[in-house]
Amino acid sequence: MTKPILEVNNLKKYFEIKGGVFGKTVAEVKAVDDVSFTVNEGEILGIVGESGCGKSTTGKAILRLLEPTEGEVKFEDQDITKLGPEEMRKLRRHMQIIFQDPYASLNPRHTVEKIVGEPLLVHGMTSAKERKDRVQELLEVVGLRAFHASKYPHQFSGGQRQRIGIARALANNPKLIICDEPVSALDVSVQSQILNLMEDLRQEFNLTYVFIAHDLSVVKHISDRVGVMYLGKMVELADKDEIYENPKHPYTQALLSAVPVADPDAQIDRVILEGDVPSPSNPPSGCPFHTRCPKVMDICKEVKPVFQEDEEQHYVACHLYE
Amino acid sequence: MSDVILELNELHTHFFTDSGEVPAVDGVSFKLHKGEVVGVVGESGCGKSVTSLSVMQLVPNPPGRIVSGEVNFKGENIAVAREKRMKEIRGNEIAMIFQEPMTSLNPVYSIGNQLIEAVRMHKKVSKKEARNKAIEMLEIVGIPRPSEVVDEFPHQLSGGMRQRVMIAMAMSCDPEVLIADEPTTALDVTIQAQILDLMRNLNKEQDTAILLITHDLGVVAEMCDRVVVMYSGQVVEEGTVREILKDPKHPYTKGLIRSLPKLYEKEQKLYSIPGTVPKPSMDHVGCRFAPRCEFAWDRCVEENPDLYELGAERKARCFLYDEKEKVTEGGPQYDEADPRG
Repeated sequence: MTKPILEVNNLKKYFEIKGGVFGKTVAEVKAVDDVSFTVNEGEILGIVGESGCGKSTTGKAILRLLEPTEGEVKFEDQDITKLGPEEMRKLRRHMQIIFQDPYASLNPRHTVEKIVGEPLLVHGMTSAKERKDRVQELLEVVGLRAFHASKYPHQFSGGQRQRIGIARALANNPKLIICDEPVSALDVSVQSQILNLMEDLRQEFNLTYVFIAHDLSVVKHISDRVGVMYLGKMVELADKDEIYENPKHPYTQALLSAVPVADPDAQIDRVILEGDVPSPSNPPSGCPFHTRCPKVMDICKEVKPVFQEDEEQHYVACHLYE
Repeated sequence: MSDVILELNELHTHFFTDSGEVPAVDGVSFKLHKGEVVGVVGESGCGKSVTSLSVMQLVPNPPGRIVSGEVNFKGENIAVAREKRMKEIRGNEIAMIFQEPMTSLNPVYSIGNQLIEAVRMHKKVSKKEARNKAIEMLEIVGIPRPSEVVDEFPHQLSGGMRQRVMIAMAMSCDPEVLIADEPTTALDVTIQAQILDLMRNLNKEQDTAILLITHDLGVVAEMCDRVVVMYSGQVVEEGTVREILKDPKHPYTKGLIRSLPKLYEKEQKLYSIPGTVPKPSMDHVGCRFAPRCEFAWDRCVEENPDLYELGAERKARCFLYDEKEKVTEGGPQYDEADPRG
């Protein structure tokens, strides 16, 4: 039986909007509003959703790169939201992150050796010789060459930069990596190289990923389980084959049907949603999706649906299944 | 076959930079028929956007310039047309929408102002009539409360709404050709589905020919009749959407399609094309794709293949389809992995 490596319970992250003469808090943006899930050791949990649904904020709140407003994040049975800064710093070697934009997440003034070597130094590898060897080893692991260590980020292509970002995340042999849209800035032919690399690395080093992306096909390809977020809430979570073949939440159904498929013969019953995602600073009452839901009922406008297990390991937050 | 409305003929657009001349568009030819949707696909840096800007003479000059070649719009070569003539054409006969609607709308003018300007530029109508036309166009593109939105500003609208405004502006003079450069790339999938639906309806109802520039093969499958695949400034393959997606000929197109994660199929390992897209350069010898191609042989490195005709409007730039290759000794040996099969 696999054990959970990460448990997220009722995670909330609100951003305050200041206004008025005295800079008082006038409103809150509920970026992540009561999200719970677990990630098992060695598994890839995909999180999908449209822009502004809170998927990236969730990823950052798990690592406390953004301090959660409320809720619990348990990493290996330890609630990390209560840890002090020094304990947290020590723990970070086990929890790493890969960012979306390989152009912005690498310091342009540092060589690759310094970029990849810095986490090693921070976590106590003080010998320069050892660091140099480790950096070269890491570069080989991610498909670059040892001589790349002396180059600067601008000398690389987008795909190669993302490989550097991955090497940096791997430096301290982490257990969990949060991947925040790691391939969305890349071209298709390079995207598949990076996805394959990430899968190989997972097997080689027994990694656990939380894979955040907006591209449903990419998430389906790489994940074991998939969670769908809408307006700061998790609306559905299930095994990937289950969720793609038997989506329960009307939002998941619409989202899946909206993906253009590169097959002229594909028959899709398209559900075209009307309107836009409402503002998270003023979310609709009841179910956040009721303003666009094709199956909306009276109860949806008033009562928030509970995120609960409908079938085994298939969680959904919708009044249709209560 | 219906009439050709836009024809690119050996178009060369080069950029003259400090580090040398860059042939961003390197001899591109294709045709757009009346009422047809043609997709131009390729990865970043393949020259697809510069091709569309060249059609409108919107390539920033300097550093860019159309060096040679023709853009025939209804028999007139507009690649050499004067600015005065281009102003008549832009927005009126050929309209264009861009990827990022926020940067293509002027933030300090109201939506109505910008729509009215577009209409009054090309048509002799009063302000009142133009305003009514603007409201009517907003309604056609599915904007709720058009008579209020017309007085709002771009920042008050969401991304999908702004792209609708762009489309309303582009369609306000009933153009014969609409060039859409990555119109849905910045949008979420549910909004993308709305915009594609809208564009499809405009194409059907108003018979507007659409040149759709995109990197997304899914969007191509949804929208296009024919497809032109570009790689490193050149057209490498051309065919109907079915031919390209179901029976690709060029090794690059094959690789591109195989490396897409599929939503409705199970697969273990993704195919990936090794290496990265090369930068266009003047002193390139041989096939642009040869360094990444699993079928490449000596000839591919030495000379650049022509765009071989495989049928009516079906072309591929690869020596595998050169008639001569079949008799040349020492040519490629096709084993079980015959890429033509």
